[in-house]
Amino acid sequence: MTTTSNVPAYGRFGGFGGRYVPEALIPALEQLEEVWRKAVVDPEFVGELERLQRTYTGRPSIITEVPRFAENCGGARVILKREDLNHTGSHKINNVLGQALLTKRMGKTRVIAETGAGQHGVATATAAALLGLECVVYMGRKDTERQALNVARMRLLGATVVPVDNGSKTLKDAVNEAFRDWVANVATTHYVLGTVTGPHPFPEMVRDFHRVIGVEARQQVLDLVGRLPDAVLACVGGGSNAIGIFHRFIDDRSVRLIGFEAGGEGVASGKHAARFSAGMPGVLHGAFTYVMQDVDGQTVESHSVSAGLDYPSVGPEHAHLLESGRAEYRPVTDEEAMEAFSLLSRTEGILPAIESAHALAGAMKVGRELGPDAVLLVNLSGRGDKDVHTAAAWFGLIDDEGGTVLPATTATTGGDSRSGSSDSSDNSDNSDNSDNSAGAKGMGVQQ
Amino acid sequence: MSVAPILEACRAEGRAALIGYLPVGFPSVEGSIEAMKVLVDNGVDIVEIGVPYSDPVMDGPVIQDAAVRALEAGVHLGDIFSAARAVSEAGAGALVMTYWNPVLRYGVDRFAADLAAAGGAGLITPDLIPDEAHDWTAAADANDLDKVFLVAPSSTPERLTKVTAACRGFVYATAVMGVTGARASVGEAAADLVSRTRAATDLPVCVGVGVSTGDQAAEVGRYADGVIVGSALVRCLTEAPTPQEGLAALGALARELADGVRRGRA
Repeated sequence: MTTTSNVPAYGRFGGFGGRYVPEALIPALEQLEEVWRKAVVDPEFVGELERLQRTYTGRPSIITEVPRFAENCGGARVILKREDLNHTGSHKINNVLGQALLTKRMGKTRVIAETGAGQHGVATATAAALLGLECVVYMGRKDTERQALNVARMRLLGATVVPVDNGSKTLKDAVNEAFRDWVANVATTHYVLGTVTGPHPFPEMVRDFHRVIGVEARQQVLDLVGRLPDAVLACVGGGSNAIGIFHRFIDDRSVRLIGFEAGGEGVASGKHAARFSAGMPGVLHGAFTYVMQDVDGQTVESHSVSAGLDYPSVGPEHAHLLESGRAEYRPVTDEEAMEAFSLLSRTEGILPAIESAHALAGAMKVGRELGPDAVLLVNLSGRGDKDVHTAAAWFGLIDDEGGTVLPATTATTGGDSRSGSSDSSDNSDNSDNSDNSAGAKGMGVQQ
Repeated sequence: MSVAPILEACRAEGRAALIGYLPVGFPSVEGSIEAMKVLVDNGVDIVEIGVPYSDPVMDGPVIQDAAVRALEAGVHLGDIFSAARAVSEAGAGALVMTYWNPVLRYGVDRFAADLAAAGGAGLITPDLIPDEAHDWTAAADANDLDKVFLVAPSSTPERLTKVTAACRGFVYATAVMGVTGARASVGEAAADLVSRTRAATDLPVCVGVGVSTGDQAAEVGRYADGVIVGSALVRCLTEAPTPQEGLAALGALARELADGVRRGRA
C-alpha cells in the first residue's frame, strides 16, 4: 500500500520518531499497529475506506490552476490541490476516517482527539457521528475562543468539547490532556491523533492515510501540464497535509519539497512556531523530533495567527526530510500569510484557511525565485470559513465587539458601496504594493 | 548509590519502604529541599525528587500545578543535584523522577555523571521505556545508577519480562490506569499487577499512583516492597496558607504513612 523505504529502523525516520510514552500505553500502541498493518492489506478495509473517500469525503479532490493569483508569484504557474473541498473542509478527514474504521476493528467504542484550529476536531466528530462512536475533543481554551464556530460545529455533531486551561491553553496542552484521558481509558478508547507526530505508529499511519493527496495530485499535474511540478509547497504545523502531498514525490528527485512554518511575528521576535528555524531535536508528545525548548528542555510556547500551526513541535518524518536534505522548511510571518489570504480571496474567489495561506505566501516567494517557467503545486489544505472572524478582525472589518465596520463613504456615494474598494483592473498591482505596516491592513475599506 | 540496600533493610524489618515524591523548586528551591528533609525526618526511606516539566502527561492536576509554579518561580534542572545531595546527606535514598526531554537536553552522559557525583541513586523515567533507553542504560551502567522503569495494569507478560529485565533498584508498578493523584481506593489491580510482576522478576516491586493515607499505605505495604506517595504530599505544600503550616502538614502525613507501612504486615 505504501513504501516504507525511508524508515530505516523500527518506528524511526532516520534518527527521529520512536515511542516516548508511559508504559501503560504500549499495549494499545502495539494493538493499533497490529490492527492497522492487517487492515491495510485487507480488501474489505481498503474497499470500505475507498468507498467512504469517494462517496463521503468527495475524493478525488480536484486541482485548480490559479492564474490571477499566480501574477503575484513571479508569473510561475500555480496549481492548488483542493483539500479544502473535502467534506468538513480540510484534509483532516482522510486520516480520521481511516482511524475511525480502525477503532471499530479494535472493538473500541469511544474516540478522543486534540484540536487546534478545530478542523481535526470537526473531522473526528464527523467520523464519530457517521460510525456511532462516542467522541470527546480536547481544545486549548485560547483556541476555543478564536475558533468558536468550530466548537459549535463539533457540539452540533454530537461531540463533547473540553476546553483545556493548562499551560499555553493551545494545541500542545490539548495533546497533553488527550494523552491523560487515553492512559485512563485506553481499554475502551482510541486516541485519534490528528497529525504525523506522536508515538509510533502514529506518524507513519497518519501519513499513509494522507498519502492519497500526493498520489492524486501527482497524476493530476501530469495530466494538466505534461510534467512534474518544480516544487510542491505546503504549510507545516504538525505536518500532516505536508507529508500527505510530499510523500508520493519523495523519489522524484527533481521536485523540490518546501514546507512553510508559522513565522508568527518574525523568528527574531520569539513569537512564532518556526521549529526548524529556532528549535532543536528533543522529545515531545511521544516522538523524538524538532522541539522549541529552552536550555532546560522545557517546551517553549509557540505563537501564530493560525491556531492549526501554533504548535512547538513537528512530525518526526519532517525532521528527517530536513536533515537528509530532501525537503526544505521556511518561516512565513502572520503578516505575509494574511496578505496571501487576502490575495487568493480577491483574485480567485477562494477563501483559504489561514494555515494554508502560509503555503500560498510561500508560493509568492518561491515563484518569484524560480520565475515564469516554474510549475508550483500548492496544497490548499483547508477552507477559510472557520477563519472569517479572525480575518475580519485582522483586516478591520469588524470592531472589538464583533460589529461591522463600514466605509465612512457608504451612505453618500449613491449606493455603490464598493466604489472605494479595489477592482479587478488594479487588483494585482494593488496587492503587490499593499502596505503591510498599516494597522487596519486595508482590505477594501480604505479610499 | 543504589536504593537496593535501603529496600533490603526494610524487607529485613518486615515492612515495605516508604517512598515520597516532591518536586524540586516548589515553593522555592530552598523550600523544596527543606520539605524533602522533613520527609526524611518523619520516616520516608527514599525521596523521589521530581523535575518540574512543562508537559507532564503522566501527572494529574496537583503535581501539574506544583510544576507550573516551580517553573514560574525559576527552578532549573541543575537544582536537582542540590536536592539529591541534601537528601542523600540526610540519610535517605535520592531518586530523581523526570520526563525525558530535560535529561536529553542536558546531555544523558553528563546528567548521569553529575547525578552520581551529587549522591543521587538513579532515575525514574515515566515517559522513557526500555526500548528507547539505550543511551540512558549505558550511562546508568557506567555510573552505577538505578534505572526504574514503570509497569502498568495493561502490561502484557511479554512487556513485564522486558521492562523488569531493564530495571535496577526496583520496579515501579502504577496501581491504576491513569495519571497521578489521590484515589479513594487503590483497588485490586495493584495487587494483581504486583503478583504478575513478581512472576517476571526478583527485583523489589514498589506501588505508586493513588496512595494518600496511612491505611492505604498499610494495605499496599502488605504485598508491595515499597509504597510510593506523591500528590497527597505535594498537596500539603500547595494548599498550605503559609510555608510553615505546609511543612507541618507534610511532616504529619509522612508520619501517618510511615506508621502505615509499619503496621501493614504487623
